[in-house]
Amino acid sequence: MRGGTARPVNMVNFEYFAPATVEEACALLARYGREARVLAGGTDVLIFMRDGKLRPRALVDITRIPGLEGISYDGSAGLRIGALATLRTIEKNPVVAAHYPHFVSAVREVGSIQIRNLATVMGNVCNSSPAADTVPPLLTMEASVRLVGPQGERTVPLTQFFTGPGQNVIAPGELAVELIAPPPPPHTGGAYYKLAARRAMDIAFVGVAAQVSRENGTLTDVRIALGAVAPTPVRATAAEDLLRGQTLTEELLEQAGQAALAAASPISDHRASAEYRRAMVPVLTKRMVRRAYELAGGEQA
Amino acid sequence: MKQRIHLRVNGEDYELEVDPRRRLLDVLRDDLGLTGTKEGCGTGDCGACSVLLDGKLINSCLKLAVSADGADILTIEGLAQGGTLHPLQEAFMEKGGLQCGICTPGMIMAAKALLDENPHPTVEEIRLALAGNLCRCTGYTKIIESVQAAAEKMA
Repeated sequence: MRGGTARPVNMVNFEYFAPATVEEACALLARYGREARVLAGGTDVLIFMRDGKLRPRALVDITRIPGLEGISYDGSAGLRIGALATLRTIEKNPVVAAHYPHFVSAVREVGSIQIRNLATVMGNVCNSSPAADTVPPLLTMEASVRLVGPQGERTVPLTQFFTGPGQNVIAPGELAVELIAPPPPPHTGGAYYKLAARRAMDIAFVGVAAQVSRENGTLTDVRIALGAVAPTPVRATAAEDLLRGQTLTEELLEQAGQAALAAASPISDHRASAEYRRAMVPVLTKRMVRRAYELAGGEQA
Repeated sequence: MKQRIHLRVNGEDYELEVDPRRRLLDVLRDDLGLTGTKEGCGTGDCGACSVLLDGKLINSCLKLAVSADGADILTIEGLAQGGTLHPLQEAFMEKGGLQCGICTPGMIMAAKALLDENPHPTVEEIRLALAGNLCRCTGYTKIIESVQAAAEKMA
């Protein structure tokens, strides 16, 4: 290839496909199996391909498939986000922000505007980084992924979707087409904190999402999810169980912060040490639970 | 195997045959000679390659040219109209919003995307809008002043 580049390019010579329908896409994915890769926004896939880390024989560009970019919400069906909905369109959607503020807050913190105009939330989920920002809020929202494949359709709860760093349950031939989340219960608030080096463009050291539903002072439901502190994003179920049904007190919040550590098994890497991450999990858990609780009580975001 | 694509760039239509591995950035610079768009990192981290694609600010280093088939692209070269500079270009010159200039096309495209949507941004809004663009020379102060000056010119 001509043209100067900042560093050597090691991109495999792949076959490029731009199917016009989901069926065509699935047929290609089934044909090439583990040698196929889906291209949507490309903000992760292209970087890995240029590095030579990802060497697909077939690149299946799904951006030409109509009907996958939709974002809709209603009070009974909840939220439905198509595979091609970009982070930027979600960020600018007031209905999504009104019902899932922690999710939109997380979306806003991914990369830059340039990235968010290309990147899809489905791509963030399917890339399956343990540090993915959109995933902890989605976990607290009890979101699911709808997959279409040669054997038909299936819907996988996000809590069962991730199997390891960069790994998930999508089988060869399957295409993730839609993210679904139920409507939030009444009197629910959500908050997300991304602990990172800079205010933009960085990957989280620790990400904590909390979704709290309350009836006056009682916590009717609590969901807490942690990112970047385990092989996959995880729910902090021990902390949730401690809080559910209780009245929120400082002491209980303190205990919940500590209990959240049970879900964390962080590593040390160039971003942060395991010790620092372990120290931050209780701090951020307390803050986000408190924040979500306040929002659930109708306080201003 | 090369694919035929159609691109509209700065108002002109082009039919091109491209290797699927080539990025929009490569096609703009090497096939169309539009070298105003720069490569600073190749990973979407620096914003020097920023262009508008169908009106949206993107990193052209993260878009395969074949995936941009049919798109309407605006690069830095497309801002001046018949020899008259865009107010953003004038403002960057007048305020000294550049030193080496390598980040400047990307900065201006990002600023244009901001002002297209928000004609009267606060300093905080300018910072957020330019968060995807790195500058190693200026320390950003005069870049922000340039965007503010352009906003005033365009008001």
